[in-house]
Amino acid sequence: MTSVPAEYGLILAALLFAIGLAGVLARRNIIFILLSIEIMLNAAGLAFISAGSKWGQADGQVMFIFILVMAAAEVSVGLAIVLQLFHRIRTVNSDEANTMRG
Amino acid sequence: MLDYLWLIPALPFAGFIILAVIGARIPRPVAAAIGAGSVGISALVALGIAAAFITAPPHGHVYTQLLWGWISVSGFKPDIALTIDALSLVMVLVIAGVGFMIHLYSTESMAGEKEGYSRFFAYMNLFVGSMLTLVLADNLLLLYFGWEGVGLCSYLLIGFWYKDPANGRAAMKAFIVTRVGDTAMAVGLFIIYHNLGTLQIHEVLVRAAQQWPAGSTLAIAAAALLLGGAVGKSAQLPLQTWLPDAMAGPTPVSALIHAATMVTAGVYLIARTHVLFTLAPQVQLAVAVIGAATLLLAGISALTQWDIKRALAYSTMSQIGYMFLALGVGAWSAAIFHFMVHAFFKALLFLSAGVVIDALHHERDMFKMGGLRLQLPLAFWCFLIGSASLSALPLITAGFYSKDLILWETWTSASGGPWLWAAGLAGALLTSIYAFRMVFLTFYGKPHSEAPRQIANHSGLRIRIPLITLAVLSLIGGFVQLPETLGNLPLFSEFITTALPATVAMSSTSSEGTMQSLSGSVSLFGVFIAYIFFLYNPLYARNFVEKPFGYALHCFLYGGWNFDRLYDALFVRPLVLAARANKRDVIDLLYRLIALLHIVSNHLLSAAQSGLVRRYAFGIAIGAVIIIGMVVLR
Amino acid sequence: MTFFYISAAVALISSVLAISRSNAVHALLYAIVSLLSVALIFFMLGAPFAAALEVVIYAGAIMVLFVFVIMMISSGPGSTQQERRWMNFRLWIGPSVLSAVLIIELFAVISPPREPMSAKPVIESKQVGIALMGPYMLGVELSSLLLTAGLVGAYHLGKRKDDAAQTEDVTIHD
Repeated sequence: MTSVPAEYGLILAALLFAIGLAGVLARRNIIFILLSIEIMLNAAGLAFISAGSKWGQADGQVMFIFILVMAAAEVSVGLAIVLQLFHRIRTVNSDEANTMRG
Repeated sequence: MLDYLWLIPALPFAGFIILAVIGARIPRPVAAAIGAGSVGISALVALGIAAAFITAPPHGHVYTQLLWGWISVSGFKPDIALTIDALSLVMVLVIAGVGFMIHLYSTESMAGEKEGYSRFFAYMNLFVGSMLTLVLADNLLLLYFGWEGVGLCSYLLIGFWYKDPANGRAAMKAFIVTRVGDTAMAVGLFIIYHNLGTLQIHEVLVRAAQQWPAGSTLAIAAAALLLGGAVGKSAQLPLQTWLPDAMAGPTPVSALIHAATMVTAGVYLIARTHVLFTLAPQVQLAVAVIGAATLLLAGISALTQWDIKRALAYSTMSQIGYMFLALGVGAWSAAIFHFMVHAFFKALLFLSAGVVIDALHHERDMFKMGGLRLQLPLAFWCFLIGSASLSALPLITAGFYSKDLILWETWTSASGGPWLWAAGLAGALLTSIYAFRMVFLTFYGKPHSEAPRQIANHSGLRIRIPLITLAVLSLIGGFVQLPETLGNLPLFSEFITTALPATVAMSSTSSEGTMQSLSGSVSLFGVFIAYIFFLYNPLYARNFVEKPFGYALHCFLYGGWNFDRLYDALFVRPLVLAARANKRDVIDLLYRLIALLHIVSNHLLSAAQSGLVRRYAFGIAIGAVIIIGMVVLR
Repeated sequence: MTFFYISAAVALISSVLAISRSNAVHALLYAIVSLLSVALIFFMLGAPFAAALEVVIYAGAIMVLFVFVIMMISSGPGSTQQERRWMNFRLWIGPSVLSAVLIIELFAVISPPREPMSAKPVIESKQVGIALMGPYMLGVELSSLLLTAGLVGAYHLGKRKDDAAQTEDVTIHD
């Protein structure tokens, strides 16, 4: 397998992260916001794998596993919250959940 | 016996505390007994101490009693200490003695009051205690304590009938005007302490004589500032506007505070700190000039008053002008002598006027009185004796000896002179005119108003005794100081010179006898003029007043030469304008600005709490970008 | 190397598409494509175990979870129209600028590759397993704790209102 310089992986991770950030900020639908967050998490995982490849150690993949675990837990709890919220405000528009307005 | 010195001020203070705490709950006779009794016992103690002092004078003719240390801060160590010498002995005897007479009188005259009987005696006792502290004080700080105490009691007693707002205004006016003087005096005390390092009176005088050359700026400043305080308290020019309005209080108050004692506190202060004034001859000349100007101004104004108590107030102002005149020319013992005699006859005049006012059911307008001499004989004779002493009728009255002494010493003294003497003589003429004007209007002639009036005349023993005592003293009180031409008995001045310097008299061509006959005839002439204008044919005066010029002059003089309007325009109006302009309080805005800043920030920051998740995410993203940027750029 | 560029391009394009679609299911599918291409890149970086996990868990479990929820919530064509209404072009300016700034900052940090391209070792699952059971033991335990918390939380939060009324739930008062 040809080797890919780790820095290229980091660059790709940065780009994916920025794309995910743009998605979080621009979308109103809660589901899409969560989806964009997943893209950001994925980019972070890519960065770790690239780093692990650069140093030739298993630590990168181990961190990636932890990120994965965290993403899974977060998605499950987050989507459960989204379901509850949907039952309450009857819409997926995140702007409607503004009772904590100051 | 001298060890009991502390009792003299302590007894009235104790009376005050008792009456203040339980006065409302004890029956009136008990309150009267405590009120008058405390001053009475204090007077007896004073007599005892006087006897001991005169027969066996202590070393240096000064006795000091240290009660306890008051403050001790880095070299500033005023103590609660009482000093008695000839000057303070005379003051104490007058204050306690005349004070007791007046207290006795007021136990009966104030009996008609519905409420406030014990409050009255509490305030009066506090006043006597403060005044005694003032004259017995060993250091200027304790003196200032007494000074402020009498100012406070003056306020409380002028506004005694507080339910009438006019009384409250008069009380405030008195307090505020004297406050101006008090501030000057405080600054003077600061200068004295800062430069001489002590406030103990004897030390101050010694060190000032050593360290300040005659005519130096510091001496002038200190003396001038103390003069400012004296002028305020003694109602001299330019701070004299409060005294006529202070007559709003009960008559015993006017007698005690505004005739016999408090207004003479200024005289005492100048006499006590005489060294400072000798070191500043310009200020001493100013004292004399102020005295001369006030005595003329007040004498002329007294001619136009219809309220009997206001006339007596202007008379007090004028007589204290005489005392200032004496102090200004260096006639220290003459000033104190006149103070003593003045206390007698002025208290007598006020108390008899009080009898007249009470008998006519609080009528004070002299033009509504008339022909009372048969219906109120005691008041008539006492008022007559008092007026005679005031006018310094020759030989028989005490006033003659004291006023004549002042005039003689003004003529002969080095810092005196013909102008000041002429002012004093003109003042004597005015005095007898206005004094007998009062007598003729009140007691002679037909009643000016046609309405019949009831005259209640049941003066009890407690009114008669003080009146008669003071009348006797007004006649014989002058015999302790007989001039050379008439017996040569300078008992008083010899006594006083143990504390104050003797008056330096230049030899002069005219003899004392000529001077005396001149002043005696002037006062008799004044009686004659008063007779012409106010008894024989009152129409002369009335015709003059009804012409426009005469009326304008009358209004001007009646209003005390319009000083009130002057001060109103100069000080009161600009201050009120400034206060109105500053209604929103510019200075406060500075502090409100801080609160406003917080409120505005709160509004701004609250806008950030929109409740929208996207905005919050945006905030987080911006923060992250900024922080990463900071890391990158470093 | 060309494989890498192709996968990278696919990942980028599909991510952009994923965040900009109006149809929720379309967006999801594009996201799955992005995840798969990233898994390919993992392979190229010498991390086959991570690649497998990416496909199985990320694309397989998490995205499927998204699909289920979308099906529970969206109301068909109406929701697509709703999304189109909510999205306008002006909305994208701010996020794009921010992302651009972020990209620039991150690029400034990443240094260009120094060494010449040489073959990198492939890190097998065995090594990863040894690392997990060795030095990262605590992390493994914590992950299990996290998953348990997620499980319990999701169970409680997913309850219906009428079931929740019988338990002590903290309800938000409107």
